[in-house]
Amino acid sequence: MRKLSAFNIATLFVGVAFLYLPIAVLVVYSFNASRLVAVWGGWSTRWYGELADDAPLLEAAFISLRVALLSASAATLLGTLAAVALVRFGRFRGRLLFSAMIYAPLVMPEVITGLSMLLLFVAISVDRGFWTVVVAHTTMAMCFVAVIVQARLVDFDMSLEEAAMDLGASPARTFMTVTLPLIVPAIAASWMLAFALSLDDLVIASFTTGPGATTLPIRIYSQVRLGVSPEMNAVCSIMVGVVGLAVIAASLLTKLSAARGAPARV
Amino acid sequence: MKRTLMKRSFMAKLVVRVPYAWLVAFFLLPFLIVLKISLSQTAIAQPPYTPVFDLAAGWHGLVSFLAGLSLDNYAFLGSDPLYVLSYLKSLEIAALSTLILLVIGYPIAYAMTRTPRKAQAISVLLVILPFWTSFLIRIYAWMNILQHDGPLNRLLLVLDLVREPPVWLSTNTAVYIGIVYSYLPFMVLPLYATLEKLDEALLEAAADLGCPRWKAFWLVTVPLSAPGVIAGVLLCFIPAVGEFVIPDLLGGSRTSMIGQTIWTEFFANKDWPTASAVAVVLVCLLVTPIVVFQHQTMRGIERD
Amino acid sequence: MPALESNGALAKRDFAPWTDRTLQPLLRIEGVSKRFGAFTAVDRLSLDIYQGEFFALLGPSGCGKTTLLRLIAGFEQAGAGRIVLDGVDLAAVPPHRRPVNMMFQSYALFPHLSVAANVAFGLKQEGLPKAQIAERVADMLALVKLEDLGRRKPHELSGGQRQRVALARSLAKRPRVLLLDEPMAALDKKLRGETQFELMDLQRRLGLTFIIVTHDQSEAMTVADRIAVMDRGRLMQVAPPAEIYEQPNSRWVADFIGSVNLFEGRAGDDGTSVEGTALGRLRVATKIAAEPGAAVWVAVRPERLRVTAAAPAPDQTGLENGAAATLVDVAYLGGLTILRLRTEAGVPLQATIANTGRLADRAVSWGGKVWLSFPPEAAIVLTR
Repeated sequence: MRKLSAFNIATLFVGVAFLYLPIAVLVVYSFNASRLVAVWGGWSTRWYGELADDAPLLEAAFISLRVALLSASAATLLGTLAAVALVRFGRFRGRLLFSAMIYAPLVMPEVITGLSMLLLFVAISVDRGFWTVVVAHTTMAMCFVAVIVQARLVDFDMSLEEAAMDLGASPARTFMTVTLPLIVPAIAASWMLAFALSLDDLVIASFTTGPGATTLPIRIYSQVRLGVSPEMNAVCSIMVGVVGLAVIAASLLTKLSAARGAPARV
Repeated sequence: MKRTLMKRSFMAKLVVRVPYAWLVAFFLLPFLIVLKISLSQTAIAQPPYTPVFDLAAGWHGLVSFLAGLSLDNYAFLGSDPLYVLSYLKSLEIAALSTLILLVIGYPIAYAMTRTPRKAQAISVLLVILPFWTSFLIRIYAWMNILQHDGPLNRLLLVLDLVREPPVWLSTNTAVYIGIVYSYLPFMVLPLYATLEKLDEALLEAAADLGCPRWKAFWLVTVPLSAPGVIAGVLLCFIPAVGEFVIPDLLGGSRTSMIGQTIWTEFFANKDWPTASAVAVVLVCLLVTPIVVFQHQTMRGIERD
Repeated sequence: MPALESNGALAKRDFAPWTDRTLQPLLRIEGVSKRFGAFTAVDRLSLDIYQGEFFALLGPSGCGKTTLLRLIAGFEQAGAGRIVLDGVDLAAVPPHRRPVNMMFQSYALFPHLSVAANVAFGLKQEGLPKAQIAERVADMLALVKLEDLGRRKPHELSGGQRQRVALARSLAKRPRVLLLDEPMAALDKKLRGETQFELMDLQRRLGLTFIIVTHDQSEAMTVADRIAVMDRGRLMQVAPPAEIYEQPNSRWVADFIGSVNLFEGRAGDDGTSVEGTALGRLRVATKIAAEPGAAVWVAVRPERLRVTAAAPAPDQTGLENGAAATLVDVAYLGGLTILRLRTEAGVPLQATIANTGRLADRAVSWGGKVWLSFPPEAAIVLTR
């Protein structure tokens, strides 16, 4: 009974259009030769050119990339550990608090988490800068990682782990040789999510950053507050393009590995 | 095979203790500090609040520290209508946005489940893709569109729907548009996940028992999609209350949501204690939905 | 517990180590209990299993047979009692170090590894040299007749082939005990039959000890040297299949295995009769182990009930223990026919007759009147 009614098609179409039109407008206007949105001055790539000369912007981009790489990796490690603890360790003391600390940040408004972390750093007299942002992003992202990996672990066929142990593999070896290879797609996906979250974060970074550690969103935000500008459009279009390509590449990779026989689902 | 924590090896215990310790240090502890600072006063000092907890001062230091705490900030919050209005406004905007999100998101999620299997992966990808692009960028994109001489107004003028270009930016409407636009994946995806698991056989059974399609939708599909609805609603409502970027860029000075209030108190007024107090009250307001969210998610996990 | 011991007279093959008092059991389960919350899955269970046995755990779902298996494998911890293998208490031994291997109901083949890698998995954990592993894997695959499929992945195999891989993998380490958790549940009837015989053959050739969990009676009866019938965490009877069938120790076992006709009555004064049953006074062949007047039950298997068209003449012997009955229903099963009957008193009974001739040649017909009887030797007297 899986028919796609006309209403459904229309809904999908409108929904998708709603999601993509603003971005399309953004991209289109980044090629606008004229500075003013109201006037269409023809196609031009001059704003992209001017980007290359914008040193602070490039530096901010570089910093953002490094922060994202570090925090995504740390978050994936911590989040995976947390997920394993939640799913495989049954009832342990403090489990309720543990799960509360994992789920609450998912919904907590960012101003609160950002503020609280800043106050922590001040209280322990740590200079804010690059590393405090990394720590903050790691904390925020590990919860997302934990939730994603946990969902995958819950689905995981326990009899595979039992079989491995029955054949002589210790619990640690079982995890490394049987469980981990089969949940790698979930871990990879959550790494990418953590990366994107870090790259994109404005509020928490604003609270926890210090001199010399201006991230790209902070930079963009300070410009954007003053109004729309075509250079910003260019920056944003580039970011959209890069992310879009990455996501498409990732999904193609997933399809490829599925075709090669590693099952997408156990 | 679940063994109790006690029986596990040292390495195994680390699996729990490392993330636990991290979260206690960087999530729980900060909260306690916020609480503490909300009970302090501003000071022209570094850090800009007093009293400061000094371990070296020993017991006497602890006593004078506790004596320095007060609930003044909370009293101040209660007395100034600015704050009360800000909370109410935030709740109102978040609630209404969530409602709109539900009304828009449900049909989209439902339509996604109706697509043939092969196309479903693509439709999920399409919905997720904007989510991967920067949040900031997406809001900025709306700034482009909603400008006074921007494409939306031009379209409206061309279609002769308005006489004069209306003002979009710096209004509540823009904030609503921004929230609905940004949070849509957060509503659609949990709904889709729940609807997708729905057993077709249930609807067939309803039809077999004489229930027309539209009725089966209300009597079977909707009630069974309740967990997804709750997850989506909470996933949108709770963070929306504390939104900062959207009202700041799209709303301007007329809309003052609580996220902006905290930001202003903190960065502009440098009044850390007040900002902390505002944050603490916000957390208290959100505690109930957060606990419900957690309970719901844990139930979903444990059911398996 | 005398009722649970068995004699070797009804053993399947010339193999009955449980009768030899000098032999130590390979696996000794002593007073083991396991609870899940308020539910007791295994209740103070004690059992001895000997080297070389093909042992079956049989019972309805929820009786604890799978839990017991998992306790032996180490995936559950017993709340009370001991499990001793070869003299070693297994309580301190984690599952990955126990010399037992398990064949899982779902096969649990590692989807990301090839067939050969699956079979080699256990050997790799032992740290054997590569050449030796390869040789053993080849041997195992040949044993289960899957020599050419080493490179394939599990999802490329049929259900029966996957089962063989699971078997090869669990045998590769030459475990002291092989545990089989409903290994044939997913196979179709014909394949199941063939596999049962192959398993028995394998077990005998390799001289291993197998413990199989099954809910299928005929499977247990086919493969096992001894069967342990379980109900609600307790052992009901442990004996070779023939003994369980012909000498059940309780009404529950008599009713659980196969079909049975049960008559309740009181032990007669002479020790070989039972009074007051639905068929009147019944004569039995063996001495009744109960006081006269005590409540006893007479169990008669359907195939031992004789069905004749006419009542016997008053002076005819050999047809005692009889009653008149009406044929209520007939079920034709190809090799045999099941007759459902009702006595004049309204007691429902079941008889089975082998179809040694064609159906059309039978004398009995629906609604027809017949005479039922059984010889005293066919009566099983049960005191509980």
